[in-house]
Amino acid sequence: MTDLASISSWTCPAPLREHARIVLGHGGGGVLSAELVEHLFLPAFTPPTTPTTPEAARPADPAALADAAVVEVAGARVAFTTDSYVVRPLFFPGGSIGELAVHGTVNDLACRGAMPLALSAGFILEEGLELDLLGRVAQAMGRAAAGVGVRLVTGDTKVVERGLADGLYVNTSGIGVVPAGIDIRPDRAAPGDRILLSGPIGEHGIAVLSVRENLEFGGDVRSDTAPLHELVAAMLAAGRTGIHTLRDPTRGGLATSLCEIAAAARVGVEFTESAIPVPPVVEAACSFLGLDPLHIANEGRLVAFVAESDADAVLAAMRAQPTGRDAVLIGTVTAEHPGVVVARTAFGGTRVVDRPLGEALPRIC
Amino acid sequence: MRYLTEFHDPQLAATLLDTIAATATRRWTLMEVCGGQTHGIIRNGLDQLLADQVEFIHGPGCPVCVTGLEMIDRALAIAARPEVVLCSFGDMLRVPGSTTDLFTVRAHGGDVRVVYSPLDAVRLAEAHPDRQVVFFAVGFETTAPAAAMAAVTARRRQLTNFTMLVSHVLVPPAMRAVLAAPDNRVEAFLAAGHVCTVMGTGQYEPIVAEQHLPIVVTGFEPLDLLDGVRQAIDLLEAGRTELVNAYPRAVRPEGNPSARRMLEEVFVVCDRSWRGIGMIPASGWRLAPAWADLDAELRFDVADLTVTESADCHSGEVLQGRIRPPECPSFGTTCTPRRPLGATMVSAEGACAAYFQYRRLAAVDGGGR
Repeated sequence: MTDLASISSWTCPAPLREHARIVLGHGGGGVLSAELVEHLFLPAFTPPTTPTTPEAARPADPAALADAAVVEVAGARVAFTTDSYVVRPLFFPGGSIGELAVHGTVNDLACRGAMPLALSAGFILEEGLELDLLGRVAQAMGRAAAGVGVRLVTGDTKVVERGLADGLYVNTSGIGVVPAGIDIRPDRAAPGDRILLSGPIGEHGIAVLSVRENLEFGGDVRSDTAPLHELVAAMLAAGRTGIHTLRDPTRGGLATSLCEIAAAARVGVEFTESAIPVPPVVEAACSFLGLDPLHIANEGRLVAFVAESDADAVLAAMRAQPTGRDAVLIGTVTAEHPGVVVARTAFGGTRVVDRPLGEALPRIC
Repeated sequence: MRYLTEFHDPQLAATLLDTIAATATRRWTLMEVCGGQTHGIIRNGLDQLLADQVEFIHGPGCPVCVTGLEMIDRALAIAARPEVVLCSFGDMLRVPGSTTDLFTVRAHGGDVRVVYSPLDAVRLAEAHPDRQVVFFAVGFETTAPAAAMAAVTARRRQLTNFTMLVSHVLVPPAMRAVLAAPDNRVEAFLAAGHVCTVMGTGQYEPIVAEQHLPIVVTGFEPLDLLDGVRQAIDLLEAGRTELVNAYPRAVRPEGNPSARRMLEEVFVVCDRSWRGIGMIPASGWRLAPAWADLDAELRFDVADLTVTESADCHSGEVLQGRIRPPECPSFGTTCTPRRPLGATMVSAEGACAAYFQYRRLAAVDGGGR
């Protein structure tokens, strides 16, 4: 050990640095994505304000950004949202990019309490894409839209040179009407609220990962992709104004949704780790790859923040719906530790739960 | 798929915690060697539940954290070459080198890919004979057999476009280095279970005998960790210095003989510079001379590496167990996973990342529980 550097000289790594270019993590739905919106898009999209600028034209609070915007149109409150779909592979157990493109946008509308009315569909196609494959995606979109009862009313198609798009990308935008008296947004979560989760987590992300990377986890896992508007309608019938916040935990998983809501509403979130249903195959895959089920994407789940007095009725209403059959109470909102999400472990300890930084990475051993 | 929930049973955990509390007559200082164990302890709050019986000093067993800066800079330089596809495990992509990281190299046009197995890199080389595929082989004895297998497979398939940048490190020399430090306080080790799955337990007998301290080979699930602690405390209370295998479902005394044979064939022991720690003699593996044609260090002549570390990062002291992450002045302020000063804040197994992820509240409040 004579060559061992003396401890006083043990130093460590690395300079600070910003990313001067887009890295994959900017699209991961985590911290980097949020920073991009806050520091690049919002400043660029918002006109300069003066003291006389009306409230409505002032910059949005980045923490309060919701799944869909709600704008007044001739007295009606219209929810408006857009989402792009770049999933690879295009087909995976339980669904395809077609179902995702419909369900994802419908669910963003549903999470503002809106009933979906109409969708647009924009396609970016790679030169050389097989027509048969495009046809199957379009069929899947049509079936999904019919299942929801929403119409695809306008669209666009662009083709780029071979190598410039990974087969095909889809963008859908959607509008829906928010019923009178309904006001559901992330910053309405309040201390005392009960937190309800509509079902098991992690199935979509693990299903896609299993086919993308050719991994088998000793069990069948299918994407949970599903439209949630009927579930939300049933919840609204049971809970009405007691439903403060809804979120579908897609990219970044349940942890990201809870963190975003805690930040937007400036409240603390506490949940019981053992209350969260994690399918055994998701548990096994995450354990194997060093991923956290709380960070894995879902496409047919929602988390609801509901006033304590309405929570039992809303939970019962959720369980009466196919997409909420396995709904559970997972935690409560507290005035303590605002902005921070805390999990109670099965052994009685606690830990802070955070968003993933960027892309979830498998660990090395 | 079984073998998970059983080792998370809260009632069994309570029983083990009671047993440990009844046995310990004082607070003992244990070092868990592996970063995976550190995360298991912090994530499940075991250090809080054992606060009166155990002080955990977190060991140097985070493979990404200790990979030498010079080696990372070398990987970055190779990855930037137009003919190269550089493959590594996901964790490695975010680790900062002197000026950049692999993610950023990729954003600038470098072909950097995450693989789940070194054999995936071999398959990639086979599929793309016009590209030079380089596998960045990092990690402890646990990951080395798969890298050795990749070398053997590439040769068997007569691939001329596959090389490996090898930076493997060995656990026992690091444990000796920890013990040799003048202010060492470690009273017993929880040895890294999966390293022993490969190498067996024989390497630890001499350390137990020479250094007069107990070593308990320990697994990673909450109950594994509690049982390892229980057995270590039993030995410490009884004044016995022994090697105990508390992870027999995964560890045999002889390890995995076929893996060890392959390791001996492909690698030779070498001195290795550990990031934040320094040179530890005979603490690494590099490709044996007979495998020089697969050595990326030889194939790609990378000159002019200027290696510079941040002066504000104390991860060397964290890796050696001298300070806990929250005691670092940069922790949570100038150093976060978003802007890491050191690899211990980056890796899924890094101690700083574990405290930042799971204990920010306690660290901010200044309390431990």
